[in-house]
Amino acid sequence: MFSYNLRLALRSMRRTPILSALMIGAIGIGIGVSTTTLTVYHLRSGNPIPQKSGQLYAVQLDNWSPNEPYGGTSDHLPTQVTYRDATNLMRLGKAKRQNASYITSMTVIPHNRNQKPFHVISRVTYNDFFPMFDVPFQYGGPWGDADNSSRAQVVVLSHELNEKLFGGANSVGKDVRLDGNRFRIVGVLKHWEPTPHFYDLENDSFGDSEDAYIPFDLTVPLKLQSAGNNSCWGNGSDHSFEGHLESECVWIQFWAELPTASARARYHQFLGNYVRDQKKAGRFPRPVKTSLRNVMQWIAYNGVVGNDTRSLVGLSFMFLLVCVLNTIGLILAKFMRRSGEIGLRRALGASRHALFRQYLVESAVIGVSGGAVGLLLGWAGLFGVRSLLGGNAARIAHLDWTMIGISLLLAIAASVAAGLYPAWRVVRIPPAAYLKTQ
Amino acid sequence: MLKMDGVTKVYRTDVVQTYALRNFDLDVKEGEFVAVMGPSGSGKTTFLNIAGLLESFDSGHYFLDGENVSALGDDKRSRIRNERIGFIFQSFNLIPDLNVHDNVEVPLRYRRMKSGERQQRVREVLEVVGLASRMKHLPSQLSGGQQQRVAIARALAGEPRVLFADEPTGNLDSLMARQILDLLEGINEDGTTIVMVTHDSELARRAHRSVHLLDGQLMDPEVTVLGAEHGEATASP
Repeated sequence: MFSYNLRLALRSMRRTPILSALMIGAIGIGIGVSTTTLTVYHLRSGNPIPQKSGQLYAVQLDNWSPNEPYGGTSDHLPTQVTYRDATNLMRLGKAKRQNASYITSMTVIPHNRNQKPFHVISRVTYNDFFPMFDVPFQYGGPWGDADNSSRAQVVVLSHELNEKLFGGANSVGKDVRLDGNRFRIVGVLKHWEPTPHFYDLENDSFGDSEDAYIPFDLTVPLKLQSAGNNSCWGNGSDHSFEGHLESECVWIQFWAELPTASARARYHQFLGNYVRDQKKAGRFPRPVKTSLRNVMQWIAYNGVVGNDTRSLVGLSFMFLLVCVLNTIGLILAKFMRRSGEIGLRRALGASRHALFRQYLVESAVIGVSGGAVGLLLGWAGLFGVRSLLGGNAARIAHLDWTMIGISLLLAIAASVAAGLYPAWRVVRIPPAAYLKTQ
Repeated sequence: MLKMDGVTKVYRTDVVQTYALRNFDLDVKEGEFVAVMGPSGSGKTTFLNIAGLLESFDSGHYFLDGENVSALGDDKRSRIRNERIGFIFQSFNLIPDLNVHDNVEVPLRYRRMKSGERQQRVREVLEVVGLASRMKHLPSQLSGGQQQRVAIARALAGEPRVLFADEPTGNLDSLMARQILDLLEGINEDGTTIVMVTHDSELARRAHRSVHLLDGQLMDPEVTVLGAEHGEATASP
C-alpha cells in the first residue's frame, strides 16, 4: 500500500505543480535556514574524540591568589596549570597516560633555498600526547621515552608541514631546522583536525592544529616560550625565563587518561593530596580545590558553543515553524480541492485510517523534496558564511552526512507535522458530503 | 438483503430541523432490482447514502445482508462498503488523472488483493462492460456512456452483493442510457441486487418494482412484481 500511496502522491504533485512548488519552497527555505545554523551549532558542539571522550580529563588546580579568586571561569578554577605543577604531575605519573603541553612559535628554515623561512606553531608536549588523543600517523610514530629524557631534538610534523617541506614524501629520518636548531623527524601525521580543538581551548578553539610537535623536556635547554595565553596573579614572574618557570603563572594544558570511574576517583584523590603537599611548601594559599572534566564537560565548561549560536538556532527553528504553518494552509487548500476524490475513495471502501496514511505519505514526499531544496539552500547558506567570515569558518561551515541526514529527517518531520491537521480534517468529513461536490 | 425499519434522518441547523427521512421502512430481497423514485428533495439521495453506509441516521434500524449495520464504526463500515456494496453515480465519479485500469482497481487496492489477482479481476470486469481494449485511456478520452461503463466495472470489481445506482443515466443521451440499463439488467440477472434512485419513470419501469418517496416518507406503496422468481417485495410507509 505504501508504494501505491507513493505513486498517488507523485501524481498529485504533478497535477498541481505550482501549489506543490510553493509547499516545497516553503519547507525548503525553512530547512535551508535551520540547516545552516544547525550545522554551525553541530560542528561547534560535536564530540571531537567520541571513542574516548569520557576517559580523557582536563586537570584543574586552584593555585590562585589568597586575595581574590581566579576570575576567568564560573567555579574560579584556572583552566591551565603552572610549569612546576605540570612537571611534578608528570613525574608522579598516577594516570594511565598523562600529558602536559603548550604552544610555541618557531621559524622553519627550509632546505630548499628557493623557499623563504616561515613561521609555524609547534606544540611542546610529552610523547603520550599521540596515543592519548588517538593522533593518526602517516609515517613513523611518536618519539620514545628515551628521547624525552635524553632531550633529543626530535620532531613530529603535521601532514600539512610535511607537504610544504617535502612534497608529502616520507621524511622520517630527515632533518628540519626550527629556530636555528636541527630536529630529526621521527613521524609525520595524517591530516588531523579535531573540531573543536578540545585539548587546547585556550588558544583558538577552532584554529588549525599545530604544524610541529617537539618534546616537552626541550623547554629548558631551548628556552622555549609559550605563544599561548598566560595568566598570572600577584606580581607574576620576574620576567626572566627561569623566573617564569618557577612562577604561579598558568600556561600549560594538562590532561590525564583515566579509563575507569575508580581510576578517576583515585586520580582525584591524588590531586587533592598533591595540593595538600604543595601547601606545606607554602604554595596553594586558597582552600584545596581540584577538578577533572572529561572532553564534553570541558567543551561545555569553556563555553565553546556560545549563546549567540544557540539563539540563532532557536530563531531559525521559529522561522521553520512559520514555514510549517504556511505549509499547513497550502496543504489544506490542496487536500480540500480533492474532496470529491476523497469522498469517492471512502465510498469505494477506503477507511479514514487508510486515507490518513495516504495523505501523510503525500506530505512526507513534499518533505523529502523540500528537504532536498533545503539542503541546497543550506549549502548555499554555509557557502555564504564561509565567504563572509573566512578563516576558521571554512572548517566549521560545511555539511557532513550527519547533518544531511538530520536535515532530511527534519524536513520529513516538518512536512508530516504540516500535513497532520489537513489530513485529519479531510478524512473527518462524511464521504456523502464530498460526493455531492463531485 | 436490505431491510430498513423506521429509519429517521434529521438535518439540523441553529434555526431549523429538516426531516430527510421519517420512519422509513424498506425491504429489498436478494436479487431484486428496485427503483426508488421521488421528486427533488424527497430524500432519495439521503436514502441512498444511508443504504450505502456513507451517512449515519438518527433512529431506526438497518440490516444489510442480515447484519445490523445501524451503529458500526468507520473501519467496519468501510470494509462492508468495500466488500459488499458497489456504487454507480450520475456523474460517473471517475478519478480524472487515473486511467481506466487504475480507476477500476481502486476498490481492490483497499481490499489488499494481490497484484496478479487484481489485474485479472480488472480485465474480467472491463470485458463485461466491453472496455477491455481501453484500459490505458484516461476518462477524458472516453464518451459519457463509456465513462459510466467504467464506473459500472469499478462497482462490479469487488463482486458486491448489492449495487446502489444514483441516476445512472442522468447525464447520458437516450441511446447510451438504454445501453447502460441493458448492462444493469444483465448484472441483475447474474444475481446482483440493484437499488436505483431515479426520478425518471421510464427508467423505473425497467426495475422489478418501484417505491416512491415524498418528504422523506414512502407514499402510496406500490408493488410491481415483474418476475415470479424474484419473490414478493413489500414496502410500507
